[in-house]
Amino acid sequence: MLVDIQNLRIAFESRSSRFEAVRGISLSLGAEKLGIVGESGSGKSLTARALMKLLPSNAAITADRLSFDGIDVLSASEKQMRQIRGKRAGFILQDPKYSLNPVMNIGRQVSEAWRTHKGGSKKQALEAAIHLLDQVKIRNPREVAASYPHEVSGGMGQRVMIAMMLAPDPELLIADEPTSALDATVQAEILRLIEELVSERNMGLILISHDLPLVSHFCDRVAVMYSGRVMEELKASELLNARHPYTKGLLNCMPSLTHPRDRLPVLNRDASWLTA
Amino acid sequence: MNKRIRSFSATLSSVFLTLLGLTIVTFMIGRVMPVDPVIAAVGDNASESVIAQARIEMGLDQPLIVQFFRYLWQLLHGDLGMSILTRNPVSTDIARFFPATLELATAALLLSAAIGIPLGVWAAVRQGKFVDQAIRVVCLAGHSVPVFMLSLISLLIFYATLGLAPGPGRQDVIFDGMIDPVTGLLTIDTLIAGDWDAFRDAVAHMAQPVCILAYFSMAYITRMTRAFMVDALKGEFVITARAKGLSASTVIWSHAFPTGAVQLVTVLALTYAGLLEGAVVTETVFSWPGLGQYLTVSLMNADMNPVVGATLLIGLIYVGLNLIADLLYRVLDPRVR
Repeated sequence: MLVDIQNLRIAFESRSSRFEAVRGISLSLGAEKLGIVGESGSGKSLTARALMKLLPSNAAITADRLSFDGIDVLSASEKQMRQIRGKRAGFILQDPKYSLNPVMNIGRQVSEAWRTHKGGSKKQALEAAIHLLDQVKIRNPREVAASYPHEVSGGMGQRVMIAMMLAPDPELLIADEPTSALDATVQAEILRLIEELVSERNMGLILISHDLPLVSHFCDRVAVMYSGRVMEELKASELLNARHPYTKGLLNCMPSLTHPRDRLPVLNRDASWLTA
Repeated sequence: MNKRIRSFSATLSSVFLTLLGLTIVTFMIGRVMPVDPVIAAVGDNASESVIAQARIEMGLDQPLIVQFFRYLWQLLHGDLGMSILTRNPVSTDIARFFPATLELATAALLLSAAIGIPLGVWAAVRQGKFVDQAIRVVCLAGHSVPVFMLSLISLLIFYATLGLAPGPGRQDVIFDGMIDPVTGLLTIDTLIAGDWDAFRDAVAHMAQPVCILAYFSMAYITRMTRAFMVDALKGEFVITARAKGLSASTVIWSHAFPTGAVQLVTVLALTYAGLLEGAVVTETVFSWPGLGQYLTVSLMNADMNPVVGATLLIGLIYVGLNLIADLLYRVLDPRVR
């Protein structure tokens, strides 16, 4: 089992208050594609960041088990985590405009990821970076390597991000809303690219999104989250047969081009979901 | 490339305009002062005819615009007029006093940046923790304790009581006139002369004023560095850098710091300019023969040529340092190229 999460809880504490954002999540993942969907604030990103131990210092994490390939993440030292981050698990963030370093050129950012885990000279690393940029289907990798993040488009930036995170050949890729900041036409391209690379390398994928049909299209399994809990976990192909009222509600309030409706239903949230 | 040349020439023309404004302002300072330069030159007791004669000789009977172009013409030839007080050309005086300030300011800037920047980064990384609070207190003290008090206390402890530091002045009397003024910077001149005792003496004399000036600049640099770094560390690209498996020091120094360093350039340039302006109080307490003292003494004695000359120099320093900061921006931040 690549990822094993049992009863994960994440709380934010200040001097006067405590807010529990993730309330007992259990998930597991092998070399497969898991989609996590849910509305904003449902705890999808926090769960993914907890696995990489990339949460802000005021977040209190507890879990019965939080492990990556048998390594206990909760008790792992910063040094041990650095052997997981990048090297064994890549993490793609939402908007390349902010997630790439604005004052470092793209070649250096990608080659740095390669060199940190694989060693070698700067020149070798740059060649490897250019090869990686080529793998994510950038047509002029040398030119792109020499440019800065603000000089490339959002889609191109996200390709760079993917190249950077795949550089050390990780076993798991976590993509945290990798396409929300992109145009609709580019979204599909980027997801197809991720899907292709993940399948090619036989990696595990956690795809976080709030786009249900998109996720069900690209993943094997889907976990639906609401308010810090997993409401329902099901096979992507069986999404339309979802049993939980929240999932049904989400599916029901999606507009459809083929069956237009005058008025979309409003999602009814039931307080009993949170205590179940 | 073409774009770069165009933006560079835009910068240069703005520098030219600033300089023109600067000369106009300094010229006006010389004219609006309630001090008659003619009487200041010939003395109170001169007769009416002598005064009238001198006025014509000094060109002060001409219209203002003519006087201004004369002033510009003199400036272009490095002529800043004579100082009544020292009886030297102002340019000679400045060449003698400015290196003392330059030496003090440069040493203070280097020291304050060397301590202030790492301290600011440290405070930002440990934001809200004990270290951050401790640094905040140290900086607050740097901002709020008056310079003259700190200088006097320092002299009292290290010079008068402990005898560890030499007294005021730039060098001991025994070395006076022994070192050829090549650059005017004593530490460098003594090294050129190969006189180690004189070098040690010069450094020892600098220690106290430099430390005190550096403390004040450091307080500012630390606070600004902390602010930039707190901002930079919030960036998503810091998460990316950590997700790549980089060590904490790499994340801090090669990812977060360079994005803030751009803004730090301005802070350093302005700090340096402020120091070069001559710290009047520090220079007075330590009897440091620098620009600040020269300017103040001249002003107290209504000796206008040195005042105008020194003001012009300070203006030039600001313009020059801003230009350098501007150029450095282009080097450090690809987004403004």
